[in-house]
Amino acid sequence: MSKQQPAQFINPETPGYVGFANLPNQVHRKSVKKGFEFTLMVVGESGLGKSTLINSLFLTDLYPERIIPGAAEKIERTVQIEASTVEIEERGVKLRLTVVDTPGYGDAINCRDCFKTIISYIDEQFERYLHDESGLNRRHIIDNRVHCCFYFISPFGHGLKPLDVAFMKAIHNKVNIVPVIAKADTLTLKERERLKKRILDEIEEHNIKIYHLPDAESDEDEDFKEQTRLLKASIPFSVVGSNQLIEAKGKKVRGRLYPWGVVEVENPEHNDFLKLRTMLITHMQDLQEVTQDLHYENFRSERLKRGGRKVENEDMNKDQILLEKEAELRRMQEMIARMQAQMQMQMQGGDGDSGALGHHV
Amino acid sequence: MPGASKHLYPRQCSLAALTRSDCSAEEEAGSWGEVGCPSPPHSPILWVVRRSRPVVEPMLVGSGLLRAPQVSPACKNTHELPELDRLRLFLGLPFRPPFNIPRALCVILGLPETRSDAAMSELVPEPRPKPAVPMKPVSINSNLLGYVGIDTIIEQMRKKTMKTGFDFNIMVVGQSGLGKSTLVNTLFKSQVSRKAASWNREEKIPKTVEIKAIGHVIEEGGVKMKLTVIDTPGFGDQINNENCWEPIEKYINEQYEKFLKEEVNIARKKRIPDTRVHCCLYFISPTGHSLRPLDLEFMKHLSKVVNIIPVIAKADTMTLEEKSEFKQRVRKELEVNGIEFYPQKEFDEDLEDKTENDKIRQESMPFAVVGSDKEYQVNGKRVLGRKTPWGIIEVENLNHCEFALLRDFVIRTHLQDLKEVTHNIHYETYRAKRLNDNGGLPPGEGLLGTVLPPVPATPCPSAE
Repeated sequence: MSKQQPAQFINPETPGYVGFANLPNQVHRKSVKKGFEFTLMVVGESGLGKSTLINSLFLTDLYPERIIPGAAEKIERTVQIEASTVEIEERGVKLRLTVVDTPGYGDAINCRDCFKTIISYIDEQFERYLHDESGLNRRHIIDNRVHCCFYFISPFGHGLKPLDVAFMKAIHNKVNIVPVIAKADTLTLKERERLKKRILDEIEEHNIKIYHLPDAESDEDEDFKEQTRLLKASIPFSVVGSNQLIEAKGKKVRGRLYPWGVVEVENPEHNDFLKLRTMLITHMQDLQEVTQDLHYENFRSERLKRGGRKVENEDMNKDQILLEKEAELRRMQEMIARMQAQMQMQMQGGDGDSGALGHHV
Repeated sequence: MPGASKHLYPRQCSLAALTRSDCSAEEEAGSWGEVGCPSPPHSPILWVVRRSRPVVEPMLVGSGLLRAPQVSPACKNTHELPELDRLRLFLGLPFRPPFNIPRALCVILGLPETRSDAAMSELVPEPRPKPAVPMKPVSINSNLLGYVGIDTIIEQMRKKTMKTGFDFNIMVVGQSGLGKSTLVNTLFKSQVSRKAASWNREEKIPKTVEIKAIGHVIEEGGVKMKLTVIDTPGFGDQINNENCWEPIEKYINEQYEKFLKEEVNIARKKRIPDTRVHCCLYFISPTGHSLRPLDLEFMKHLSKVVNIIPVIAKADTMTLEEKSEFKQRVRKELEVNGIEFYPQKEFDEDLEDKTENDKIRQESMPFAVVGSDKEYQVNGKRVLGRKTPWGIIEVENLNHCEFALLRDFVIRTHLQDLKEVTHNIHYETYRAKRLNDNGGLPPGEGLLGTVLPPVPATPCPSAE
């Protein structure tokens, strides 16, 4: 599959074949060797099943020693950011997955400052990337920017809570938001439909920009188009997470065992877990691109505008200050000269006056 | 209290008389038109405190079960001071103003009690109204020679209750969407609460906590109940939920105030409309982790003013292990933080109550419930439940959720007790506080024991 020897420009089999059609394969091989990086942030109140879902999605155990604090401890806690990285390999393809968790979000009685920490974390990652990108050695830039944010919506409410709306509005320009309805086994199918519709309505009402799946290209095959259509219709995804193997109908499935039945995690009729996973996997590249092209560029232009002005201001300030100082110096010199003149005049005048007076007198 | 003992027995039968061992157990059955009675199988039992002795002994009065005043085993507890203090607490502090007993007793009418006589060591103050029938001193040790008909009092009282009906006020608190209205509808098997699921887009989450009280009259077996459901939309839904329990606390105290004003009136109604909150169901979100800080704060503030029953909402989110783990953790957290939910340990009246309530407190509470008002066909019968692609969750199936336990607890066994604790403890605490704060009573009431007929006086202070 490698390119032909440069000396031979013509493939004996196909006249006119140059061979650069192999380029994608080369890129593919290079990137496979390099590996992929992906950063996923999960945000939501405690107890919505975020950690379980992440473990189910990637079939790993990202949180082996987990201590869940009690309510009294939660009262004093502020939002923290915990990033855990795991390297997953599948069929030779390496993925370096970083999951950014936000324990403490939504716990406090007063949640006004909940998301400040999160926003500053996202900005920090952008800042670091910008700094690296503008630096001298650009070979090994580590991309820690948040590519995707799963926002967990509680299934117990009647739609979005005020906190949800406020948070999403604050970060929809910085990161791709994928709203996820957690613990979907709480809802019957009808309730689920109603909740999804309600959430979509509220998102539209508040002009929140969530991540939209790109439409399938017209030259893709029908299956893919159909799949994309299905995915788009199911947003927000209502998921159930579990890593326990339950025996159901003779086979072992991952699921949750209730007295009234078994909820299967990978059954599309029970929940949208498979859809979420498909979306994440097939669109990982797209998520990264949108982060790079849209959010990062937004950030960069904002930052440079702000940062540029600051730098110029400083230079200008220096000059200005110099100029000002010189001007002040001149002014002061003038003043001194004037004062001196005045004093002299006074003295002379005084003398003169007295003299004059005296003379006159 | 000067003169209090005189008021104890309208017939001027002083406590001293009662201390005679061959005692004039007073058969006041006929006069006790409005006395509270234990469960129908037992005869009317009247408990009297004999304060001349340091030991508090029960005396059985009434037909059929007259016995010598024995120190029942449970009595031995009363030798310990704490028990006595508990008693005092339950009966009322020595200097507390008299109970308004007729109303309290009205409250107790006719409903089945679960006490038996054997374990009665605690005493209920029964300041009595004027007896309609002259008392006949009957010696305790003798058996009746024939049927007298004293036990018909139960029937009489039951008839009276059925005619007058009774009030019950239940408040539901919790974040929106936890299924409060559905649960209340399921509890009382009727549409007493308008469900928020029918909210359309115009109805948003209110910016502050609102209090909405809706009253219904439901009837069952000839007994009328005026049920008021007090909803608190907006609780815990904002970004900043600080002090969101204050409107609720204010509302509860307002109801106490209303009752107090009525009670203290010179010309007061025969039956004061009771709008006090008897029971507050607090809905805990089934996160599976622990209580939320808001839950803790709310319960800390309100467990002193109202009976709080914590309930785990939407319990079909959790598997059995998760459920038991979560319940354990919640119980522990409540204990560690000193939150006394109903049934409060300090108000257990006797050993039997204590064991029963202990069992409930340590094993069943908080109840993990599922509510539903839709019916489905399961195994040939129609059940209330929720239909999911993986099965039907039956609301009244104990293997699925604990709704049936909650219902039995609130309605079938402890309804009466809820009202009593509210009246005798929470209301009296509020009243004492108010009177102490004001340094006296609002105009219209004189001091203890001297005002409006009937004037009940607490028996305890007389012996001090």
